[in-house]
Amino acid sequence: MEIQHVNVKLMVSGATIADLEPLIPVFHRWIQGQVFDELLLDIADYGHVPQGPGVVLIGYQADYGVDDTRGELGVRYNRKAPLNGTNQTRLKQAACCALKACQRLESEAALDGKIRFDGRGVEVFVNDRILAPNNEQNRKTLDPEFRSFFSTLFRGSDYALAYDTDPRHLLGVTAKSSKAFSVAELIANLGV
Amino acid sequence: MKASNALWKERLAGKLPEELAREVDIFDNEVTLRKQGKLDERLFAETRLRRGVYGQRYDNGQRHDGTKVQEMKYPSGDLTKGPVTMWDAPGMQRIKIPGGGLNADQLETLAELAEEYSDGIAHVTTRQDFQLHYIHIEDTPTIMRRLAAAKITTREACGNSVRNVTACPYAGVCQDEVFDVTPYSRALAKFLLGHPDCQNFGRKFKPAFSGCAQHACGLTNLHDIGFIAVTRNENGEEKRGFDVCVGGGLGAVPYMAKRFDSFVPVEEILPLTQAVARVFGRLGEKKNRSRARIKFLIQDLGIEKFKELVLEERKTLTPDPRWTDYLKDAEEFTESALRPGGDIGASGSEEYQRWLKTNLRPQKQAGYVTVTVALPLGDATADQLRSLADVVRKYTKETVRTTVEQNFVIRWVSRKDLPEVYKELRAAHLAAPGAGTIVDVVTCPGTDTCKLGISSSRGLAAELRRRMAENNFQFDEAVENLHIKISGCFNSCGQHHVGDLGFYGVSRKVGGYAVPHFQVVLGGEWEHNAGSYGLPVAAIPSKNIPKVVTRLTGRYLEGRSKGESFKDFIKRIGKVELKNMLDDLARPPAGDRSYFSDWGDPREYSLEDMGVGECAGEVVSSVEFDLAAAEREVFEAQLAFEGGKVEQAGKMAYGAMLHGAKALVKISFPNVSEEADQIVSEFRTRYYDTQKFFDPFAGGKFAQYLFDAHAKAGAPYTADASRYLIDEAQLFIDAAHSCYNKLGASVSA
Repeated sequence: MEIQHVNVKLMVSGATIADLEPLIPVFHRWIQGQVFDELLLDIADYGHVPQGPGVVLIGYQADYGVDDTRGELGVRYNRKAPLNGTNQTRLKQAACCALKACQRLESEAALDGKIRFDGRGVEVFVNDRILAPNNEQNRKTLDPEFRSFFSTLFRGSDYALAYDTDPRHLLGVTAKSSKAFSVAELIANLGV
Repeated sequence: MKASNALWKERLAGKLPEELAREVDIFDNEVTLRKQGKLDERLFAETRLRRGVYGQRYDNGQRHDGTKVQEMKYPSGDLTKGPVTMWDAPGMQRIKIPGGGLNADQLETLAELAEEYSDGIAHVTTRQDFQLHYIHIEDTPTIMRRLAAAKITTREACGNSVRNVTACPYAGVCQDEVFDVTPYSRALAKFLLGHPDCQNFGRKFKPAFSGCAQHACGLTNLHDIGFIAVTRNENGEEKRGFDVCVGGGLGAVPYMAKRFDSFVPVEEILPLTQAVARVFGRLGEKKNRSRARIKFLIQDLGIEKFKELVLEERKTLTPDPRWTDYLKDAEEFTESALRPGGDIGASGSEEYQRWLKTNLRPQKQAGYVTVTVALPLGDATADQLRSLADVVRKYTKETVRTTVEQNFVIRWVSRKDLPEVYKELRAAHLAAPGAGTIVDVVTCPGTDTCKLGISSSRGLAAELRRRMAENNFQFDEAVENLHIKISGCFNSCGQHHVGDLGFYGVSRKVGGYAVPHFQVVLGGEWEHNAGSYGLPVAAIPSKNIPKVVTRLTGRYLEGRSKGESFKDFIKRIGKVELKNMLDDLARPPAGDRSYFSDWGDPREYSLEDMGVGECAGEVVSSVEFDLAAAEREVFEAQLAFEGGKVEQAGKMAYGAMLHGAKALVKISFPNVSEEADQIVSEFRTRYYDTQKFFDPFAGGKFAQYLFDAHAKAGAPYTADASRYLIDEAQLFIDAAHSCYNKLGASVSA
């Protein structure tokens, strides 16, 4: 089963940023500098929508966002353009991009350390309902892929997976690591 | 763009309504042909627009990043999806929802599409449509297929076509409607969709239905054709019909619709509209888009002549069974409740009580209410749409509609269920109180995503909401019931002309910098189907608009007479006093650079990425003085108009345009005379023929206002002509400011 349009969301540790507005100038600077490999285009601010997508840095190949969906604040990478390679390649690519965005946010002076990650909570989902309908069979099929990926990401740590079983939702899994990791450690674990 | 587009095509093959499937297949092929360079970009642009596929801001491949204009290097290179519209640039998909009526499955489909193709948000528009933003052109056929599977079409959601047929969202349940307009609006929407007589318009055509004359819900006065339910007694029997008006419209210069006939029998509304469409298609302007709406045709012909032509046309039509087939069921049409009615649960939190007060409306059916779900800025998340689908399935027979105030109305909610409905909506963050109040700000997309946006209407709306939230959304009742409506530019998608407090985006130059502003528009009336249009009072820097709101509402609270409406209050205290009240807010404080950026957008404000200006040589500071004087003259024309001096007002408005034109001409020809002919001629040569005065999207429209006014100078001004000329003069001056800004930008570059 091939998955595309992988989304990875890394949860912010502790609710340290109540207002997402300071992110807007940061994302504008990222566009000015075109700081990622993808083409960065614009910013969509949904700070007024409760438990919504927050502030989204719209790109051509992918969007980056500080997302508050379901009240879980995190940095989300939404891969829009298809990618070649294996499912593991695509999972790692999305995770790596999300982590690099986290790393940048942690070091942004303007945010004054208000966004931090302890690497314990990561959500992965497939933003395409026909490639990966959220049913039991697909969850079973993809479970080894996800476990392989999280074993790499959380190298040396136990973790627990929880699937969202609402068939209307995108197929996704939330992983909780028992050990904290820095963003740099997670990037190193991925080996990309 | 999506890896799964082919899979969806395969999955849905044979499962879509035949006509919709064919439509989408044709479009899919056109996408392929354009991509291969086998279809002209202009043809492709029109075909995609007719399917609701719009361009979006920066799709010209340029974006000002706050320091410079960046060229966007898209993978498809120079391939375009229309003139100066890059193939890979994100676009917008508009989705037609006739009368705003939806069911739960459709809500869930919209949720899926928002998640998978957009940025997770579905946006409700001021015409009961949905919009998804940041869509890739190659995904649009799949989006259309998935919508078609849910029996939704995007056909004719944009382009020179019949747009969404809007209708009162309370139709059938409103306590004081004449009758339920739902079956009639649906029949008209179905009849006109793809109708051959509606394929040759010079511009769009918008119909609307209302069940009564007194409320706002249908906004028939601002539509190309509006239907208000009426009855009359014929031989002892009550006969249904419609009070039909035509030629209304907002846009840059708003026109109030004119009555076509106070009673058109229901069996005549479809053929009559067909005849109107044929006359519009045949005689409406085609080349000059800025004069191509039906309102201009009716203005030029006069309503009596127009009516005569339509009635003649009506006689030539070949009878069509669709005109009346639907009528046999129309009078019996009704929705019904899922659950038994009952009494309201009276106790609850303060927040619940506030929600009951502002978001509920009793139905004419005892024991039932409508519940309004107020969406901030018209935005709903995918999860919220699914939660709403759950609520309408559980408590109603899926009776939910969108509104022109960018909200949802759930109909047929039993009063008995209100505590549970509230609880479930609240869990989904859909139970914010304040529906239809001053908090419930209506706004178009503005500079966030619209190519035409000049100021950040959404940024301003969000800021106003945030400030009102600090007040816990509690206001004196007189203020609470006011309506704020914001447009990012003069085109009025935010319906600023009919708000109590209306704002539209303009730019001004201050100390050598472009500064985002809003024109403050006062005197509009939302009720009575948009009963009157406001006029601009002053251009105020964007960052000062919250102070304008505070000041005007405060003054209203202090100074109103008992029971005096805001509109009457504004009229009583007069424009001079209002302008004086706002005078100190009209310029940014010296040295405060925060005014050089817009709400929610820290980039230094610039419109450079909207179009390329040309160097005009030395920029003379006296231009600003001259333009300010011209603007003052427009204001004085307004005062004269309101004082009943129609002729004088018309002359003054024309004079203001001349002075504005002269201000620009003087930049390169300081010795231009006071002669109108010379000013207009020089202006034409220097600014129109060179296209320096052109708006990036409206082209030479505003210059044409001057030429038309000059051509008609000396002829008497009617009240309508004078009123339109005042609006046109203001827009001409706004355009003169923009032109001057562009000239300055290129000089400093």
